[in-house]
Amino acid sequence: MITPPVPYMDRTRRYYEAQGFEKAYVWARFDGTPFTVPAKPVAESTVALITTAALYDREASDPRMVASAETDPTPERLYGNDLSWDKRATHLDDLNSYFPIDRLRELVGAGRLGSLARRFHCVPTEYSQRRTMTRDAPEILERCREDGADIALLVPL
Amino acid sequence: MSLVARHLEEAGIPTVILGSALDIVQHCGVPRFVFTDFPLGNPCGRPYDAEMQRAVVSTGLELLEDATVPGSVVRTPYLWSADEGWRDRYMEIRDEDIARLAAMGEARRAHRQQLREQGRVRSE
Repeated sequence: MITPPVPYMDRTRRYYEAQGFEKAYVWARFDGTPFTVPAKPVAESTVALITTAALYDREASDPRMVASAETDPTPERLYGNDLSWDKRATHLDDLNSYFPIDRLRELVGAGRLGSLARRFHCVPTEYSQRRTMTRDAPEILERCREDGADIALLVPL
Repeated sequence: MSLVARHLEEAGIPTVILGSALDIVQHCGVPRFVFTDFPLGNPCGRPYDAEMQRAVVSTGLELLEDATVPGSVVRTPYLWSADEGWRDRYMEIRDEDIARLAAMGEARRAHRQQLREQGRVRSE
């Protein structure tokens, strides 16, 4: 039997209600979804890795900006203490459980994937969808293009 | 993250998301999603399980090759642990949490108000 997935939207709504926030968060919703057919085989493609984790241990009040760093050498660790994830059930001690850079490198070595883009990118999880759509997403796109990325692997915590 | 995936895809860069919040991702609508039903935090597989992580990432690459329509979702077959109690405990609100959560909300609103007065956040 397949267990029904955790209803995160419902849980989040109730959690913020319990904190006395009157206006419920409205998740983004669209009529259609874009779709692009890959122009070349994965084995010849350069992949951009995009995470919601951060390059340093942010305070909740720190400004959140798009950040990028070199994929080589592999970053020692990334940070997500200021983000919402299940801190009781799991941990971020194994980088590859949420940022699979070594797994991607192995797949490149095995000829399954073309290459890793020169940089990876950290996306701030913004309360404001407008800011994500008008500021952060275009910035990520530009950086992916600069690095010649053909495809993107997104790994939100 | 879903918004970023949509933006890249619209601009011609095919995307795949690996993640665990199925309802949020599907509500937004994304081109391709590999769903692993784990506690939020390890979207690429269990910590220190390289084989599982490789399989999850490979599923993403396969989805990039195989998907023909937007909103394509593949569910990986993994179970987090024999104890599935984490499902109910995440953001659980027990009677003894109610006062603490209300105080947390108060503190957050006060902090935000303070930042607003200092002009450090926009009031949106």
